[in-house]
Amino acid sequence: MDITRLFTTHRKLLLTVFLVLLLVLVATVPLYGGPYHVSVLTFVLVYIILALSWAMFSGTTGYMSLAPAVFFGLGVYSMALLQYELPFPIIMVIGGLVSFAFALLIGLVTLRLKGMYFAIFTFGLVVFMNKIIEYMETNIRGQHGWAIAPMNGTMLLYTALGLAVATVFAIYFIRRSKYGLAMMSIGGNEEAAAHMGINTTSVKVLTFAISAIFMGVAGVIAAPKLGYVNTNIAFATTYSFMPILMAVFGGIGTLYGPVIGAVVFAYLELMIRNELPSRYFQLIFGCLLVLVIILLPNGIAGLMPMLQERLGRLIARLGKGGQAEQHANT
Amino acid sequence: MLETLPQLIVTGILAGGVYGLLAMGLTLQYGVCRVLNITHGEFVMLSAVLTFTLCSELGINPLVAAAITGPFMFVIGFLFQIILYRFLRARSPSQPVFEGSALLVAFGLMYVILFIAQNEWGGLRLPVYWLTQKVMFAGMTLFLNQIVAFAVSVALGVAIHLFLSHSRLGRAIRATAEDPATAGLMGVNTNMILAVCFGLGALLAGIAGPLSAMITAPSTTMGFQNTVIALIVVVLGGLGSVPGSFIAGIIIGIVSLLVMGLWKPILTVPVYYALLMILLLVRPAGLLGKK
Repeated sequence: MDITRLFTTHRKLLLTVFLVLLLVLVATVPLYGGPYHVSVLTFVLVYIILALSWAMFSGTTGYMSLAPAVFFGLGVYSMALLQYELPFPIIMVIGGLVSFAFALLIGLVTLRLKGMYFAIFTFGLVVFMNKIIEYMETNIRGQHGWAIAPMNGTMLLYTALGLAVATVFAIYFIRRSKYGLAMMSIGGNEEAAAHMGINTTSVKVLTFAISAIFMGVAGVIAAPKLGYVNTNIAFATTYSFMPILMAVFGGIGTLYGPVIGAVVFAYLELMIRNELPSRYFQLIFGCLLVLVIILLPNGIAGLMPMLQERLGRLIARLGKGGQAEQHANT
Repeated sequence: MLETLPQLIVTGILAGGVYGLLAMGLTLQYGVCRVLNITHGEFVMLSAVLTFTLCSELGINPLVAAAITGPFMFVIGFLFQIILYRFLRARSPSQPVFEGSALLVAFGLMYVILFIAQNEWGGLRLPVYWLTQKVMFAGMTLFLNQIVAFAVSVALGVAIHLFLSHSRLGRAIRATAEDPATAGLMGVNTNMILAVCFGLGALLAGIAGPLSAMITAPSTTMGFQNTVIALIVVVLGGLGSVPGSFIAGIIIGIVSLLVMGLWKPILTVPVYYALLMILLLVRPAGLLGKK
């Protein structure tokens, strides 16, 4: 039996089985793992959502958005402001909608810009939001920062899991649709896409806004875990660059790439933060970012076909006799 | 001290000189090497803190220190281009991809430099002490260090502009910026030019550092703010335009002083940002940018 052939013919089935197993594994963690594991897993899931939703927009269209921290922070702040006013699910919806509306606005303003201008603009946006909200806090409330009441860890885990699955489905279906093709062609050659009759601006703005919904809701889910937030925590630039690092490490063009990246780096981050003084996180994160981009431009997913080919060749060499017989028959 | 409007404007112009110098470095690096160097502000920070160390250890003045930090940063920038960005450029399938990955690499380097500086110097804030005499000029109180910093920036800015527009190497740099492949065919060693250019950008950061250390108290956290200022100035002046970035630097200098003096210091970044937003909408290519 040719193993590589099994992989190629039953790939979908195998993938589904694998994903279902993974989901079951994650969903049953609260039964046997302690609260620490639940908390870690929620953290990982939040990063998965951020990395996937970043790849949803930037991975396909090629526009480098450095704004995940903005939408994440908006989600965190929606939770901070409304935690005692409204029930959690409604805050999630509000967090998503606020991010959506803001992204729509930003998109309409900036996505006519080409290339680097967009990256600069979104980069500045993180600093801008940080400062302007800090200003409003000092002048209106007269106090920095918010305490956020802790919530049931298991409930948060399931919410995060549900959202992660929803993100995966959203990306899957968007990529399969006519809309996804339009995005891909923008990534390939925007001018040509426009000539083909694609309204490039509206496609870009809408995808940007949709990806922001997930980031916003991720912020709402992460807020109770953070406990205390101020503008520097909620709008930290690492929330922009960690998802990018994860997505690039895993491979931007695939669905599983950002997930793998998020799992690896979220665990790494926790390990570093637990074991070493927190400033070492900067050093290791910086070095990794440089190394990953230089050595793995297509991510782990880019290595896969190469490995598969090598594996296939190896297997073919081992079963050379049987293979030759088959060739003779056909 | 009574801060009148003309006083604020003149101080703003003086401060803007350093911003212009900062932005010129960034625009050289982006315009020629296509690397949007987020590390730029950290280069400034590094050289500012180094200046302080040099001044207190060796007892030299910041302008002499600039003659040491400038070449030092040149070497660092040169090596960054030769080791990292050249490699990245060679293997990127297209220019947008290269620009994106170079931005991320620069961000990674920013964290590394920040770590090194904070490990070495900690979170200290260093005092300003050199040339703090007041100068009375047409009813305004100015500080001598501001005037000296401005004069040095302008002189350097003019020198760089003349170098780019008249010298042989400057012509090679402009040709490489325009079209690297053709420049290479014409016998320009483009890899060398790119490295020199990146180094030159870093050199300007290395001189902007001591200058800003003369005016404001240097600290290890000043880098990011400088990066943001440089980015905004560069976009305002037009990505890749050297004179444009100098003019824009002075505009931003005036704006920042007006906001700080008449309104709230915390709002300076939001105001820069509002300016940037309006400008991108009205004139995306910047003040003196092409097209």
